[in-house]
Amino acid sequence: MPFVPHTENDIKKMLATIGVENVKSLFDEIPSELRIDGLTNIGNALTESEISDLMRQRARQDGEPICFIGGGAYDHYVPAVVWDIATRGEFYSAYTPYQAEASQGTLQVIYEFQSMLASLTGLEVSNASLYDGATAFAEACLMAVRANRKCTSKKILVPYVMHPLYRKVAEVLLKGQAIELIELPMLNGLTDQNVLTNFKNGDFAALCIQQPSFFGTLEAVDNLTDWAHAQDALVIAVTNPMSLAVLRPPGQWGDKGADIACGEGQPLGIPVSSGGPYIGFLTCKKTIVRQMPGRIVGRTIDIDGKPGFTLTLQAREQHIRRSRATSNICTNQGLMATAATIYMSLMGASGISKIASTCNANTYKLLEALTAIPGVERTFPSAIFHEAVISFKQPVSSVLEQLALRGILGGFDLSESYPELENPLLICATENRSDADIRMYADALREILGAS
Amino acid sequence: MSEIPNTFYYTTDHEWIKLEEDGDVTIGITDHAQEALGELVFVELPAIGDSFLANDACAVVESVKAASDIYCPIAGEVVSINEALQDTPELINQNAYYDGWVFKLKPQNSIDLEELMNADSYKQLLSELED
Repeated sequence: MPFVPHTENDIKKMLATIGVENVKSLFDEIPSELRIDGLTNIGNALTESEISDLMRQRARQDGEPICFIGGGAYDHYVPAVVWDIATRGEFYSAYTPYQAEASQGTLQVIYEFQSMLASLTGLEVSNASLYDGATAFAEACLMAVRANRKCTSKKILVPYVMHPLYRKVAEVLLKGQAIELIELPMLNGLTDQNVLTNFKNGDFAALCIQQPSFFGTLEAVDNLTDWAHAQDALVIAVTNPMSLAVLRPPGQWGDKGADIACGEGQPLGIPVSSGGPYIGFLTCKKTIVRQMPGRIVGRTIDIDGKPGFTLTLQAREQHIRRSRATSNICTNQGLMATAATIYMSLMGASGISKIASTCNANTYKLLEALTAIPGVERTFPSAIFHEAVISFKQPVSSVLEQLALRGILGGFDLSESYPELENPLLICATENRSDADIRMYADALREILGAS
Repeated sequence: MSEIPNTFYYTTDHEWIKLEEDGDVTIGITDHAQEALGELVFVELPAIGDSFLANDACAVVESVKAASDIYCPIAGEVVSINEALQDTPELINQNAYYDGWVFKLKPQNSIDLEELMNADSYKQLLSELED
């Protein structure tokens, strides 16, 4: 998609054609008190060489530490070919293609992305992707409330062991529609199933289950799914796509399977890169596809009987339904979806399953090495997938600071989000962490804790 | 000009209303509406027992081009829905006034026919739209 700048002459001609004096007067409709003339906190433009210098300087501050942080974004190995192909001119755009006649290649990539996510999650339909895991979760909640015709409640049960930032994002996005998230307490790092009897048929539209949980622990997904379905509620699965290569997909939870699955697609070939851009995914059962927001690519045949790809099920989007649209999302993360598709094609089911198993084995190795140190305990006994919580006798923040001085990012400090846990740290070792990295972490931690 | 049964009543949003002998009313969309929408691919029906006020959005008809609300012409409670539309929404295209009915309503109050259009006024409306 070329960028075509306008010359002064072009602009003058266009203004003359529509009879407007200058560009500024095009904005007359916006009340003056809402307009700002300059952005005071933003400095002057820099030249290309100045920008390069600044960015190199900032990159140096990073110090290339060894990363043991998970918590929703994971430092996986991204093969060079992924971004070599994704940044080719034919693909290099964040835009969702509208014109089937000009975009068959891009549409086919999205169709493949959808097919792979549907297969990973064990559900029938996928959309073309959303912004990130947290907003995908919020959209899944909106979808569930719209889709559950048996229930008038706008409450959704959300485990305390679910990602705290996902819960916050969803709360902000849902409160305008009076959808309320009801927190399910935890027991030993898992959703406390004893409290389920407090809720009955009609009290809630959907139950969310994050598998693996924010703590890496594995929930009793079959029990939870069957219980929610027995109360006429829908089940929303929040999941890490990497884990689905080794765990049972949401579509197979319990007797009927989760109704909607969503999550963060970053582990599939997208670097952690300071927090974004990432990619949300959303899949569901075919029966509720009309409640699915965003773009969906379908395969069809053209007038000559040849297969082709096109956007489909658009009748409920903003450009047609205006304020009654299913969602205000009508785009996707095109470039990230392309990268994820290339990554999944390259790895194949067996490759992803090997990486997932290696991550899990590495995290168990890390857990063993760290809990061998006096004063370090494993917090929850449950089985895990590639992430775990440990606790110290001293505040986590000071331990992390000292680890950082040794070039180690030791994990995600849970103290703020889970104040009732004693000095908790969430740790993760992906396939990128070698045995030597794990030894280095353990040695450094032993030294730090021994000294204090 | 599309078909407009004489004994039915109509709204400006192109719904039709048929007064049944038991006091209930049957509601659907007009032949003109189905023609404008094109081939229907999905109908979202209300649930039996749902209550609506007049002009509430109560169902959705979706074609390949657009998804449009059906507005409840009068206040009342849904007593029956045309389940056949779930698998064969095209019944509305084929026969908007009979096989393509959408739902039946038990009116909350006695119906004020002055609020609705008869076949002649609806014909008039359509001819104005065509001009």
